[in-house]
Amino acid sequence: MRTTTVVIGAGQAGLAMSWWLARRSIDHVVLERGEVANSWKTERWDSLRLLTPNWQSRLPGYGYQGKDPDGFRTMPETIGFIEEYAQAITAPVRAHTRVTSVRNRGEGYEVATDQGTWQCETVVLATGACNTPVIPSVVEAVPAAIKTLTPLQYRKPDQLEDGGVLVVGASASGVQIADEIQRSGRPVTLAVGEHVRVPRVYRGRDIKWWMDASGVLDQRYDEVDDIVRARNVPSLQLAGYPDRRTIDLNSLTAIGVKLVGRLAGVNAEGKAQFSGSLRNVCALADLKMNRLLDTIDEWARKNGRDGEVAAPERFAFTEVEESPPLLLDFTRGRIKTIIWATGFRPDYSWLDVPVLDHKGFIRHDGGVAQSPGLYLMGLPFLRRRKSSLIDGVGDDARDLSAHLASYLRDRALSRPELIAARG
Amino acid sequence: MTTATTEKTANNGVNVDALFGAREALTKAPEAAQFKWRASCEWVKGTQSRSTVDSFYGLGAEQKHKTRFSFDSDHPEVFASEDSGATPVEIVLAGLAGCLTAGIAAVAQARDIQLHSVKATLEAGMDIRGILGADPDVRNGFDGIKVTYKIDADASPDDIKALVAQSQKRSAVYDIITNPTNVTVEVK
Repeated sequence: MRTTTVVIGAGQAGLAMSWWLARRSIDHVVLERGEVANSWKTERWDSLRLLTPNWQSRLPGYGYQGKDPDGFRTMPETIGFIEEYAQAITAPVRAHTRVTSVRNRGEGYEVATDQGTWQCETVVLATGACNTPVIPSVVEAVPAAIKTLTPLQYRKPDQLEDGGVLVVGASASGVQIADEIQRSGRPVTLAVGEHVRVPRVYRGRDIKWWMDASGVLDQRYDEVDDIVRARNVPSLQLAGYPDRRTIDLNSLTAIGVKLVGRLAGVNAEGKAQFSGSLRNVCALADLKMNRLLDTIDEWARKNGRDGEVAAPERFAFTEVEESPPLLLDFTRGRIKTIIWATGFRPDYSWLDVPVLDHKGFIRHDGGVAQSPGLYLMGLPFLRRRKSSLIDGVGDDARDLSAHLASYLRDRALSRPELIAARG
Repeated sequence: MTTATTEKTANNGVNVDALFGAREALTKAPEAAQFKWRASCEWVKGTQSRSTVDSFYGLGAEQKHKTRFSFDSDHPEVFASEDSGATPVEIVLAGLAGCLTAGIAAVAQARDIQLHSVKATLEAGMDIRGILGADPDVRNGFDGIKVTYKIDADASPDDIKALVAQSQKRSAVYDIITNPTNVTVEVK
């Protein structure tokens, strides 16, 4: 089979790219291993809601039409939204088509799937940033009696045995999972490394509204001081609760969650060892939050918004007990379950194009991979701070589809026979 | 919102351009980033010993300090010793202070913050029943370390706090103390 562009993945990123390719009259297919919005359907816990408000799910040619712009979609609503988008734009999705390899072939690429092989000139990888949970190597030293789960396997507290739970990681997934497990009556210990603290609502407006309006989310990858660091910033400590309450380490401490430092190891006696750096990672997060709030306040003042919003405020610093525990005995039966909310990474095991760096990530410049005609979508800070949000894929798809179109045009001009071949 | 490029004016005597250059170069050649730090030590008498540092390995080659440095350690008279040098645990505190303070200077330079004075005091609690073997439930090491900085710099209090926090984040000795490290001691 032959087409001009193969898009891999029918989530928001692949579909937004499909909309732009169609608009630029570029022949393409969208290959999907499962169904549209597959990760949303199969790899999310039950209570999860989107972390961005409804109004902020803007896809090319499509926006929120409902009556609750400030609400947060449940997973079924998110899936419905993306399915409706796929239908509305009549995206050429080939569902249940698992890509088994992508390789250079002649002037273009060959995309092998379990439903046949595609020849194409360009490929867009829209397969997501969260395919594989990152689990620290200390997992090997965890006693077999303790059950360990990743956020991709976790569904709800009732799935867990009664008893203590260690949640490792305090970013968006870790804090939300810790909150609902603690409320289910299972005492939670939360191992906290570097994290990003933000209030859900600031001066009466959603934090995402401020970040959107002030241009923080539009900040480009070639404008920041240190893009490597920006791309590796942990996800914001946020939850999309219907009551818009803020989740942070103080709110977790208030319901009884025990905070400890980063999980650093498990010693020979089966005791978990936590880093003594808890106080500093909390100080870093508090100071960073205040810098963001300073930026917001300055923007509001300069843009004459002070009159329409509440007064500036600063939040209590994160409370850390005088001497947080450094050890937790895994052999005494107090901890029944460990949940690794320690991040995710993309899976490129099927990619046979030599573009991976020494850490297994694709070398690219704002989504233009270091292999002509190969593009990336939907990764953290790919082109903008919002690149990994549903709201961010539209602008990236516009830019990258323009690059892709000019790549095809330049090639066609230099190789007239390709135009004939494309027919 | 764009990042403004402004003339850097602070001078804390740290060559951050060289540090950023090294970071760039070592990202491309991670093998050159592999360092080996070394010390040697010889017993003098009683509880006194003398440690020296001279060479180390890094950037793919053997390296030498400009001078050979030596540190005497001993126990104080309250431990019935001669007090010919700092106690080893005090040398650990000195190592932590030196590392954090170097970091503060470097981060301040990178953030264009002029330092005027940086002073730290350190205090670490210890229940010596641990090292005396008097109570098996008491650990040998510190039960905590308190570091207090007084910093005079051309920056807001929050920016100064951020310097100190970032220095901890990038400190080797802070990491060595706050996280477990495998230690192998052999006799030949």
